[in-house]
Amino acid sequence: MPRPLMPHDTSTPFVQTNTGKLLGRHWALFFLLGMMVIFAFTGPGFFEVVNFQNIIHLATISILLAVAETFVIITGGIDLSVGFVMGLSSTLAARIMVTLGSTGMGEPLLIVLGTLAGLLVAFIPGFISGTLVARFKVPPFIATLGMWGICNGITLHLCDGFLPIAGLPSVLPRLGNGYLFYIHKGQSFTLFKKPDYIPDERVRELIRLVPFSFILIGAVVLVFWFILHKSRFGQHTYAIGGNLDAAIRAGIDVDRHLVKIYMLSSFLAGLAGVFNVFQTGIGNYTTFSSMYELFAVAAVVIGGASLLGGKGRIVGSMVGVLVLAVLKNGLAISGVQPFVRYIAVGVLLTFAVIIDQLFPDLF
Amino acid sequence: MGYIIETRGITKRFGGLTAVDNVSMGVNAGEVVAILGDNGAGKSTLIKMISGVHKPDEGTILLDGKPMKLESPMDALANGIETIYQDLALAENLNVSSNIFLGREKTKRSLGVLNVLDHEYMQKESRSVLDRLEIEIPSLKNTIRTLSGGQRQAVAISRSIYWQAKVLIMDEPTAALGIAEQKKVLDLVKSLKTQGIGIIIISHQMYDVFEVADRIIVMRRGQNVATRMVSETTADEIVGLIVGSETVKR
Amino acid sequence: MNTLVAQRKRNALGTIGRNWVLVFLALEFGYFAVLTRGFASLHIVQMILFYGTEVFLLATAELFVIITGGIDLSVGYVLGFATVISSKLMVVFASRGLSPLGAIVTSILITLCIGLIPGFVNGVLVAKLRVPPFIATFSMLGVCQGVSELLMQGIPAKNLPPLAGTIGNGHFLYIVPGSGISFMQRPDVARGVRVIEIIPNAVVFALIFIAIFAFILTKTRFGQHIYAIGGNIDAASRAGIDVKKHIIGVYMISSFFASLAGIIYVMKYITGKADAGAASLLDAIAAVVIGGASMFGGSGTVWRTILGCLVIATLETGLRMRGTPTFDKYILVGVILIFTVVIERFFPDFKR
Ligand SMILES: Nc1ncnc2c1ncn2[C@@H]1O[C@H](COP(=O)(O)OP(=O)(O)OP(=O)(O)O)[C@@H](O)[C@H]1O
Ligand SMILES: [Mg+2]
Repeated sequence: MPRPLMPHDTSTPFVQTNTGKLLGRHWALFFLLGMMVIFAFTGPGFFEVVNFQNIIHLATISILLAVAETFVIITGGIDLSVGFVMGLSSTLAARIMVTLGSTGMGEPLLIVLGTLAGLLVAFIPGFISGTLVARFKVPPFIATLGMWGICNGITLHLCDGFLPIAGLPSVLPRLGNGYLFYIHKGQSFTLFKKPDYIPDERVRELIRLVPFSFILIGAVVLVFWFILHKSRFGQHTYAIGGNLDAAIRAGIDVDRHLVKIYMLSSFLAGLAGVFNVFQTGIGNYTTFSSMYELFAVAAVVIGGASLLGGKGRIVGSMVGVLVLAVLKNGLAISGVQPFVRYIAVGVLLTFAVIIDQLFPDLF
Repeated sequence: MGYIIETRGITKRFGGLTAVDNVSMGVNAGEVVAILGDNGAGKSTLIKMISGVHKPDEGTILLDGKPMKLESPMDALANGIETIYQDLALAENLNVSSNIFLGREKTKRSLGVLNVLDHEYMQKESRSVLDRLEIEIPSLKNTIRTLSGGQRQAVAISRSIYWQAKVLIMDEPTAALGIAEQKKVLDLVKSLKTQGIGIIIISHQMYDVFEVADRIIVMRRGQNVATRMVSETTADEIVGLIVGSETVKR
Repeated sequence: MNTLVAQRKRNALGTIGRNWVLVFLALEFGYFAVLTRGFASLHIVQMILFYGTEVFLLATAELFVIITGGIDLSVGYVLGFATVISSKLMVVFASRGLSPLGAIVTSILITLCIGLIPGFVNGVLVAKLRVPPFIATFSMLGVCQGVSELLMQGIPAKNLPPLAGTIGNGHFLYIVPGSGISFMQRPDVARGVRVIEIIPNAVVFALIFIAIFAFILTKTRFGQHIYAIGGNIDAASRAGIDVKKHIIGVYMISSFFASLAGIIYVMKYITGKADAGAASLLDAIAAVVIGGASMFGGSGTVWRTILGCLVIATLETGLRMRGTPTFDKYILVGVILIFTVVIERFFPDFKR
């Protein structure tokens, strides 16, 4: 169960004024805006619709994982397995598509089957983690770290160790990176598909708007925003994180709820994995050093959640993801060495939590 | 004679809530002062300021008539103020004698240079102080986790009486105890009193209070609403003051 | 009568419960010894220790932090940071005309000092600024990774003094059967003469530090206070323990051990790189948990943690010798990790 980190501190909060509260409550948002203003000056091409579109498109996976992590963190838990569950779904979906492809099955069918397999398999690690946490009282950190190792190992088997699974239908990346609108200035306008007279090499001449990934992001964020903030399920999630004993006494079936939470988290990780196949056109092994799970947690914390549970919001987490994504993109466009980004993220994250301490009852 | 420990107008706020509101009180050496009041009246918060856990927002605390800077519990302990907390404040993962000596462990020289914990000494001393309380604890090597509520209480009490305190603060010391053990604690309070220790005791048991206390302070909603000598009041009057039906005569 | 039997049975169960890691380790070793020829040999046992050294050190680092109820995610990259710093320094000092030994020793000392910085910062963040350990140390992970990569610029250090490798891969004791023994120095013998090598230097070096800190943890006030902080931080602070100072100290110990591990890495593999310890974080945390420490703090011992490390190291070496892909290691470590915590539920008096 969550425990306080330090002895009881009773010093009065630093900031009491209304402006202070407003700033404190939305500091991540202000920080995001401030950062964008700075990059607008330092990074050529930063402040353009196409670039913003790109930032969000490339952050799709982070967004899905952050939504997953938001639910788990609100219950006072953590899900360290999301990165490798994602890898598992990605490689399994790709492996199945390749295998079915070799039997001569039609592309649409094998894509559907591969996708389904990738999504369904993700429920398993979540079910196991959830059961361990809820029924066997294994600390979430341990249960999901265990799943982390297990999924990692299975994934490595699926892709014969570190080799991405290639040879997938070429329509996949076209779907994953497709746009709703294609505009050839002054010449043509098409939906869903680039005009046929433009070859692939010249695709940059087109103005492409609203990637398909936005539909996925929009749907997921909307659905899970509704679940968390408007449904009983969401209410119970907060109750469990706020005070576990009270939730039990109020008659909430906490065990079942926790199992569902971890399955939900895992499912979203699977969705991210399958989307990754569509985005890259290959089945990807997740490496240790990509640390998807830790960055997802970081985004959620920047978004105002507390690792002790009971606190956190979908919109906040999205702001958290954007802070990290814009930072990455802006630094790159401004010509800063990639390694500086690691340092910047580290400093920023700590900064986020310290600010959070200064402005208690954020949200 | 001046108070051994005294508070002058101390106030503590938690956000918008004023838990202790401008309270002045004092204890003489060899005197037992009881603090009474309903749940949430601010009793524990008051004594936590005296023991250095909370810093007062306003007011001063005086030891032997001199203002004292209490930055942390360390300062209070260093000045001979010992406290038994309502929530006991024991490390459940450590054994009995480690808890009695927590923060003040006895060490001995080993190999000429190293100071290592002297468990034997601490066990021996713990045993003797527990014997004084006549409370059974099967083995001092058991962790607190394995003890009953009363046994834990005994450890917390032993812990604070072992260190020759000037001022002893007890927040509901008999709450978890059986009848016989309660009596032992009350006897202990009386004997400590004859040694010249100033004692503050918080209790909801009217019987205890009238048995050992010299003076009663009643708190309501953070304020010190009345002070009575035990010899000059009745349980009925005190109950009336606690719930607020009695008109307050200062 | 019946109750007596029941009592005995419970005690026996309790004993097994408390020492199941030892039992498990024995079974594991037995399994590999039966299946793999040449596994039960002095050579292989030493190999397990030799390849496990960094994890021994990282796990000890992690143990101190976990006892206080915290977590240190940065140890792996502090290790990497230390490999980069120390290898760079060795190259620089050697090229400035310092004797190889002088260059190595100076670099080690400087690295150990610099290695305290990440821990100090972590400690201050956790203790004074109340940043949750998970966040503080994850941030530090990023900072160490970034700084190491910047120092490295994509090129692992090269041209280290060869002496580094000689020491790092050397042994404490060499026995030439029938003709004599020598310490630290490989005896000059004709090719083909059998030399028995006993205890790798890296292991000796690591175990000395581990033993010292095991002593501090169990025998000193500092150690006692760390357990108290993990058990009940309010109680510790009300008992007059300077909780903040202790927590800062603990994170410094942690990054000190991670730096030691980095130095050993450099001496063993004669190179340094930022992600040298990236994959070892799981192993280190897993070893501590398999060794019976609670993630909530207040319990855990160095001795059991080392047992936990051995479970993992034996598994790794055993799998490698059987030619199984090391992928299985991740799966098995995950399973054992979960199994450990579940087993505690069935042996309630597992922990004392
Ligand atoms: N650390 C804290 N943070 C915020 N509020 C607090 C804190 N400690 C106490 N309070 C509040 O201060 C008020 C006084 O609490 P206190 O514990 O002093 O009461 P009490 O008189 O000791 O009650 P009881 O008889 O139940 O022990 C209560 O309303 C309580 O909720
Ligand atoms: Mg109280």
